[in-house]
Amino acid sequence: MTALLETRGVWQRFGGLIANSDVSISVGRGEIVGLIGPNGAGKSTLFNLIAGVLPPTQGSIWFDGEDVTHMPAAERCQRGVGRTFQVVKSFETMTVIDNVIVGALVRNTVMREARRKAYEVLEFTGLAPRAGVLASDLVPAEKRRLEVARALATEPKLLLLDEVLTGLTPTEAQTGVALVRKVRDAGITVLMVEHVMEIVMPLVDRAIVLDLGKVLVEGKPSDVVRDPKVIKAYLGDRHAVGA
Amino acid sequence: MTAQAIIQSLASGLLMGLLYGLIAVGLALIFGLMDVTNFAHGEFLMIAMYVSFFLFTFFAIDPLLSAPLVAAAMFVFGAVIYLLIVRFAMRAKTNAGMVQIFTTFGLAIVLRGLAQFFFTPDYRSIPQSWLGGKTISFAGIFLPEPQLVGALVSIAAFAGLYFFIHRTDFGRALEATREDPGAVALVGIDKNRVFAFGWGLGAGLVGLAGAIMAVFFYIYPDVGASFALIAYVTVALGGFGSVFGAFAGGIIVGLVEAMTALMLPPSLKSVGIYAVYLLVVFIRPRGLFGSM
Amino acid sequence: MDRNFAARRRRDLIVAAVLAALAALAPLFVKDVYVQNILILTLMYAALSQSWNILSGYCGQISLGHALYFGIGAYTTELLFTKFGVLPWFGMLAGGAIAAVIAMGLGYPFFRLRGHYFVIATIVIAEIGLLLFQNWEWAGAAMGITIPVRGDSWLKFQFMRSKLPYFYFALALCCLAWFVTWWLEDSKWGFWWRAVKDNPEAAESLGVVVFNSKMGAAAVSAFLVAIGGAFYAQFLAYIDPESVMGFQFSLLMALPAVLGGIGTLWGPVLGAAILIPMTELTRSFIGGSGRGVDLIVYGTLIVLIALALPQGLVSLFSRSKAKGATR
Repeated sequence: MTALLETRGVWQRFGGLIANSDVSISVGRGEIVGLIGPNGAGKSTLFNLIAGVLPPTQGSIWFDGEDVTHMPAAERCQRGVGRTFQVVKSFETMTVIDNVIVGALVRNTVMREARRKAYEVLEFTGLAPRAGVLASDLVPAEKRRLEVARALATEPKLLLLDEVLTGLTPTEAQTGVALVRKVRDAGITVLMVEHVMEIVMPLVDRAIVLDLGKVLVEGKPSDVVRDPKVIKAYLGDRHAVGA
Repeated sequence: MTAQAIIQSLASGLLMGLLYGLIAVGLALIFGLMDVTNFAHGEFLMIAMYVSFFLFTFFAIDPLLSAPLVAAAMFVFGAVIYLLIVRFAMRAKTNAGMVQIFTTFGLAIVLRGLAQFFFTPDYRSIPQSWLGGKTISFAGIFLPEPQLVGALVSIAAFAGLYFFIHRTDFGRALEATREDPGAVALVGIDKNRVFAFGWGLGAGLVGLAGAIMAVFFYIYPDVGASFALIAYVTVALGGFGSVFGAFAGGIIVGLVEAMTALMLPPSLKSVGIYAVYLLVVFIRPRGLFGSM
Repeated sequence: MDRNFAARRRRDLIVAAVLAALAALAPLFVKDVYVQNILILTLMYAALSQSWNILSGYCGQISLGHALYFGIGAYTTELLFTKFGVLPWFGMLAGGAIAAVIAMGLGYPFFRLRGHYFVIATIVIAEIGLLLFQNWEWAGAAMGITIPVRGDSWLKFQFMRSKLPYFYFALALCCLAWFVTWWLEDSKWGFWWRAVKDNPEAAESLGVVVFNSKMGAAAVSAFLVAIGGAFYAQFLAYIDPESVMGFQFSLLMALPAVLGGIGTLWGPVLGAAILIPMTELTRSFIGGSGRGVDLIVYGTLIVLIALALPQGLVSLFSRSKAKGATR
């Protein structure tokens, strides 16, 4: 069976700046894959290319056996790509349940069913008690969870999580980790971008480390954290161990 | 149509265009500074024209002399409007865009109403001024003196503005605030002071334009509306927030208007401007010199 | 929770039906033609504002150029009637359709503009429309069109002796605009529009085609406003560019919604019920629009509402109830 998501030789240039150079990664069905790397490694750019915010300068992106390189974001969502935003983008003047209904409408054209689906997702993500609250009244951790809920309501095959665990308190982060596991157990593939390795490593099946726009290392989390190249990338030359 | 006629109308178009640039630059300045469109900009112009008119009627001060006074008065007016009203519109958390648009819009309506109430809807004009009705002829081309002086004032004002923004501390603060309001707060510049100054400067510049316009244009409560529309188009052409885009935009508007007047009946003279505007919006939504 | 939501929807519908029934009885008590006139205008502006609210309130694309669609409705109806003898009812629908098509045509370039850029583009385009009609000889240019008197009849939608038929039509139009909004509010479109207004990028990521959403809102909004324009033309029995396409109409469509609550179901009706009688009464009591008092009053009102109650007067009603309760 082919991979669910594949990028083939993807380049992204912004003027003279190269954000991604020749990035080829793949994500298999049912995996939780972590996309990590130091600041400015090109993670967010790659993430946005996969989500369809902009097309790559060069290379192609394949999802579920189909070339989606030039497909707009809305259409990718219909094919089964769900995403969250690093800087949360809630629909502030809408209630929590209404936020989620927007997502649910992708697969449910009848309002009653979309609403039911949205409640289901709120139960799943633990936001049900907050259903009637305006999104603008949520605390930051809840807003993050709403991002996930909204994306889940679109019933994605692949869920793209952009730093959903960063900046949370340890307890909140733990709840977050549990939620991601639950998502995977529900049969959804997860690709998550995180800056802080400690949070994701215990969670992911496989880690892909980006540095300076290129894939540096890829493999089991336990191997990746010990890789000298990764340590060097994260800590700089001075702290390189046994390079 | 002779070459003479074409040159004549291009020359007057250029003069008018420079004045349009001066009318519009305050709008561009404020937009660039804080991402707010002042929908009462035309009413600022109207008030400046009335101030100039009353200074002439009651104190017999020629508009040319009173122009700096009018500009100074408008500076204070603009800063006060910011401090009393606009400042609060900036705090809106929900419907922020709507709040900003309708705050200045409501202000425009109030100002128009006040002008009607106190000055009546009558058309006024300054009958005899140093420049009014006079023309200069140069190589067979006649240039009306008020517009000529207006154009020169406009060029001087833009030169002054350039100097101010690039060579003075407060100008740099203004520029820094428009680039990154957050960072400015860190360096200890009071954002409100900069914004109030920006509104003052914007109003002062349109005040300068109003004083000169009063020489050759009728003064009435709704006079701002038509010029405001031209100012929006000017600013949209030049690129919102680009001060020197407004200069170029003004010239383009003036020339296009003059050309249109040559080809179409006078009642359609604005159609050319609007058509050019639509073309620019279609091709370059950010305007010709807009960078944002 | 689902039940609460359904109950709220039902309650809105019942309240609307009761209000409409009460309004329908109003002519039994109001015999004064002047007051009837105010009622007709109030209903018309409520309908217009409700329609404006679909694009500008729900979808967040603030238009100050809707006078264009109003004028198109008026002109289409009267040109078809006076030049080709087409009944106003058909002209009305044709006007609505043309306005919707034009709104979508304009949306193509305009919907790429954001915020202020969009607002200014709409003002300019309405001004262009006004200029073109002022110079269009065949359509009567600045002189306008006088609608020939053919005697009172519903067929020709023309009434000289009594204003009541116009009252009932305005009421029906208001109900229609309200009902369309009510219906769309709990539909895919309604949710898409609000999502687009709040955050287009997030909406796009959830499968909302932002551009199409705006197009849909523009078409519905323009169609309904044009119907209003057709009505107004028949009501006046005379049109010229300034009196059906002037900027004041763009403003008078926006203000009730802003006052009552932009992007809300009840805002436009509430706003119109306060604003229009107030405007008319200040005009007649403080003497002529020449004195500008009406402008001062509602300009001040707009500034105050925008600053102190950005969600409009309806937020006064819902705020106390919304606390803690799920909707």
